[in-house]
Amino acid sequence: MSAVIESHNHDDHHHGPAKGLTRWLYTTNHKDIGTLYLWFSFAMFLIGGAMALVIRAELFQPGMQIVEPEFYNQMLTLHGLVMVFGAVMPAFVGLANWLVPMMVGAPDMALPRMNNLSFWILPFAFFVLLSSLFMEGGAPNFGWTFYAPLSTTYAPPSVTFFIFSIHIMGASSIMGSINVIVTIMNMRAPGMTLMKMPLFVWSWLITAYLLIAVMPVLAGAVTMMLMDIHFGTSFFNAAGGGDPVLFQHIFWFFGHPEVYIMILPAFGITSHIIETFSRKQLFGHTSMVWAMTSIAILSFVVWAHHMFTVGMPLAAELFFMWATMLIAVPTGVKVFNWVATMFKGSITYETPMLFAIAFVVLFTIGGFSGLMLAITPADFQYHDTYFVVAHFHYVLVPGSIFAIMAAVYFWIPKWTGNMYDERLGKLHFWLSFVGVNVTFFPQHWIGLAGMPRRYPDYALQFADWNMISSIGAFLFGASQILFLFIVLKTIMGGKKATSKVWEGSRGLEWTLESPPPYHTFTTPPKVD
Amino acid sequence: MLKKITTNFNSIFFFALTALLSSNIKAAWDGLNMTEGVTAISKEIFDLHMLIYWICVVIGLIVFSIMFYSMYAYTKKKNPNPSTFHEDTKLELAWTVVPFLILVFMAIPASNTLTKIYDDVEGDINIQVVGYQWKWQYKYLEDNINFFSNLATDWDEINNKTPKGEFYLQEVDEAVVIPVGKKVRFLITANDVIHSWWMPDFAIKQDAIPGFINSAWTVVDKPGIFRGKCTELCGKNHGFMPVVVKVVPQEEYDAWVQDKREEAFKMAELTEKNWTLEELNKRGEDAYLKNCVACHQVNGQGIPGIFAALAGSDTALNNRAKHIEILMEGVQGTAMQSFANQLSEVDMAAVITYTRQAWGNAENGDGEIVVPKDIVEYKKPKV
Amino acid sequence: MNNGSRKTIKILCFAVIGMFTFSFALIPLYNVFCEVTGLNGKIELRATNDSNIEIDNGRDISVQFVSHNNEEMPWVFKPSEDIINIKTGKYHTATFYVKNTTNTKMTAQAIPSVAPSNAAPHLKKLECFCFEQQELAPGEEALLPIRLIFDDGLPSTIKNVVLSYTIFDVTDYNDVELSQHHSDDHHDGHEMEPSL
Repeated sequence: MSAVIESHNHDDHHHGPAKGLTRWLYTTNHKDIGTLYLWFSFAMFLIGGAMALVIRAELFQPGMQIVEPEFYNQMLTLHGLVMVFGAVMPAFVGLANWLVPMMVGAPDMALPRMNNLSFWILPFAFFVLLSSLFMEGGAPNFGWTFYAPLSTTYAPPSVTFFIFSIHIMGASSIMGSINVIVTIMNMRAPGMTLMKMPLFVWSWLITAYLLIAVMPVLAGAVTMMLMDIHFGTSFFNAAGGGDPVLFQHIFWFFGHPEVYIMILPAFGITSHIIETFSRKQLFGHTSMVWAMTSIAILSFVVWAHHMFTVGMPLAAELFFMWATMLIAVPTGVKVFNWVATMFKGSITYETPMLFAIAFVVLFTIGGFSGLMLAITPADFQYHDTYFVVAHFHYVLVPGSIFAIMAAVYFWIPKWTGNMYDERLGKLHFWLSFVGVNVTFFPQHWIGLAGMPRRYPDYALQFADWNMISSIGAFLFGASQILFLFIVLKTIMGGKKATSKVWEGSRGLEWTLESPPPYHTFTTPPKVD
Repeated sequence: MLKKITTNFNSIFFFALTALLSSNIKAAWDGLNMTEGVTAISKEIFDLHMLIYWICVVIGLIVFSIMFYSMYAYTKKKNPNPSTFHEDTKLELAWTVVPFLILVFMAIPASNTLTKIYDDVEGDINIQVVGYQWKWQYKYLEDNINFFSNLATDWDEINNKTPKGEFYLQEVDEAVVIPVGKKVRFLITANDVIHSWWMPDFAIKQDAIPGFINSAWTVVDKPGIFRGKCTELCGKNHGFMPVVVKVVPQEEYDAWVQDKREEAFKMAELTEKNWTLEELNKRGEDAYLKNCVACHQVNGQGIPGIFAALAGSDTALNNRAKHIEILMEGVQGTAMQSFANQLSEVDMAAVITYTRQAWGNAENGDGEIVVPKDIVEYKKPKV
Repeated sequence: MNNGSRKTIKILCFAVIGMFTFSFALIPLYNVFCEVTGLNGKIELRATNDSNIEIDNGRDISVQFVSHNNEEMPWVFKPSEDIINIKTGKYHTATFYVKNTTNTKMTAQAIPSVAPSNAAPHLKKLECFCFEQQELAPGEEALLPIRLIFDDGLPSTIKNVVLSYTIFDVTDYNDVELSQHHSDDHHDGHEMEPSL
């Protein structure tokens, strides 16, 4: 932009959003793109949730009642892929888009047009993936972790489309991460040093670096699969001198940082919310940054704890056991910091706070089962059972998903200018809280008692708790329709929100109007 | 006097109730918890599991009590003026170092147990375990015993047509038999995709990887029947390929080995004899229900688009030679495996005969049958 | 866009390409890592060139041979001797019997695997049928040799080693034209098409 134009009041040159549907197709505005990502992820959450309900309906009673085992495997595979790549990750990217520029005092993301591309390739990728349900041979049926050779030599024809859609999703994440890092590193308002940055921004900075590091490795893994399937190579085929276990090493080198990618932004969100509703500055801001950084670095050296039964040498198993246990230390520090923030605070229990508190408690429970899983000899009894399913659903559902819901309740008054209905919000919380625990807590027991995962049917001793788990799942699923209603209702109207919205809120975004203008911080704010 | 009786009765009643309740609680607890198993290692692993569990419970209680207390005592109403402290280096150091020490405390017994498990020297008995889609094969290396182990639960039970038996999905047609007190080594591999062999009561779980062997060992202290599962997604019937191991006293084991050797002789006799159509059909139907029904279904209709129909198929009606070839060689690039190594010549001939006769195939086709000697002939080198 | 941003973008793009390359590089990297640390469960698929490996006073060990035909590869494949008693530090020759019982020429690849896995780095072979693919004409049979040695470094706790070979049918990987074994149309009814 030339200096001549810049001398005028910037607002003259910025119109409101374009009119009509094409606004959404062509937008380069971080707020619009954030909204697109959030709605897309909500839709994927409901689709992935429906698949979960097919699974839980089948598992309601012993015997095969609803689907064939072949189709069941397709459901469990797509459920995992849709939730990981379609619901959780895009939701966090949506939050990053909305919040990061406002929180650092930047006018938009660094690469607004690439931002648009990053979003729009996602619906395309999921269209490809979901349409595989209608292809001959059915959708991918080898689990979201797609181990070879089940996913190569023995895969249905749709595996090629699966690989294609994973490549596209990876490209979206990589482009999004480049955008986030450049924005944070290069477009902060003057005076905002790294240590003055809010924790949500820190969590996304770290997450974006993790994504840059590992999404290309996932791309490598699926490319090798493609080559094995179509071009006669033998990366994962013992006959040609390859090794099926190599697939697992490469996949989990991506896979483990991936799960931290799915939780770090949740940590950031939780810190904001607990600080606000305790009306007390977050305890240990600096150590929170160090904790997230240590978790991210450690996440690179623990991948083989997903592979303890694969036949690795003793020294390797010991190393991965100790390294995995170590992650409990920085994670514990974060939990202690949240509790210390609440201690001697001045707490109120609006809906975002309810979700944030539930996050701390239930994520910690998920963390404890994770610590148990880290103990290698014990893991021989837990691996590939429902104990693992319980663990990761605790850290992902009352973990990541609750944090996303908390974030929506927390910031939607800012985004829309309307307060959500507090009574309905609390109802949604309590239904979800009960639902999530009734669904997943019994799964610890089912796993310990001996039920493996990815089973469409089970022996009779597992029947009672499976039935209870399924009831919880339907309760949780139904509650999300209430959430949809609440979000729509809020967008359409409600009590008007102030700039600050919450008594205890801190940060640049709360200095803006609610809703904020289409373009904000076109002149950088002063940060002290 | 009455008071004394009542008091005593009350105490006895409550004592009995507590005992009943605790035994029920214990039973319920046991049902909810990992098994202690029947080996020294499985008990060690159970103890490790409980140790870590209780440490987590204690830490959780401490942290959550502080949190719940704060939630109660520090509401805006009760504490309208919040404190402003937001760091405390000593405290933060403490709650970094102390958890680290707790982890070290956990890591020591864990590392010891793992090292013991890896101390894998020879076994008194070596059994090669091969995972197939969707069954297990067991080969006793010393005694040259070799058999397949299929799910024995009727598909009618699975499809809710008949009531489910006590060992629903946990029973097999032929269990592994091992003696008490001897060191048994399992050499685990797979025939197609990755499977995993899990025996919870022995605390053994090792992945079965095609082309490679993993080994695991056990010494079982007491006899009994123990049931395990496949624990790596391996396709359609991943949930339908259980493991059953019978642990018996040494003499019983020796007798079983003898029996298996004699079975091999008996099978040779059966292969030589002349079979009637009725005998072949009966035996063939049994073999079909055990080996084929999961994909091709009881009515022979298969699943359109996925598994071929046998009822009315061209091969079953008109092409006896191809029919034999399909079962003996499998069909490349499909889920139809070769059954040459899994079915005896008798069962192979019987199942081919049965599928050429059943569902109206005999009337609609050439109705040609196959006898065991035909399979023996097929197996001879073709040059 | 300021210069700082441009620089960051460039660096990040190189990082992405670098990590993609890294994933492929993991294959040789694993081999190097295994060699350097000695944590190698895999068996060398080529002849050893260690000339000083033989010693005179090795200890007794037993070696059990195990065979498996992957995906019911139709050949007859079994060890000539199920178990041999040998000494460490001395070469020993063993054989496996193979026979192609079909009426087409076929090629096989044998893949070795050893238990316990910490015996693997100490197993060296001068000659092994697993070094090359084996082609047999219809009906042809052969005795395939292995000339192996367990070096002196074999941990003293190991007294028995199981050496397993799995043979795979690799005829398709080699033949340009489909061999007759596969060319007949086996598609009766509605079976799944292969993905190729």
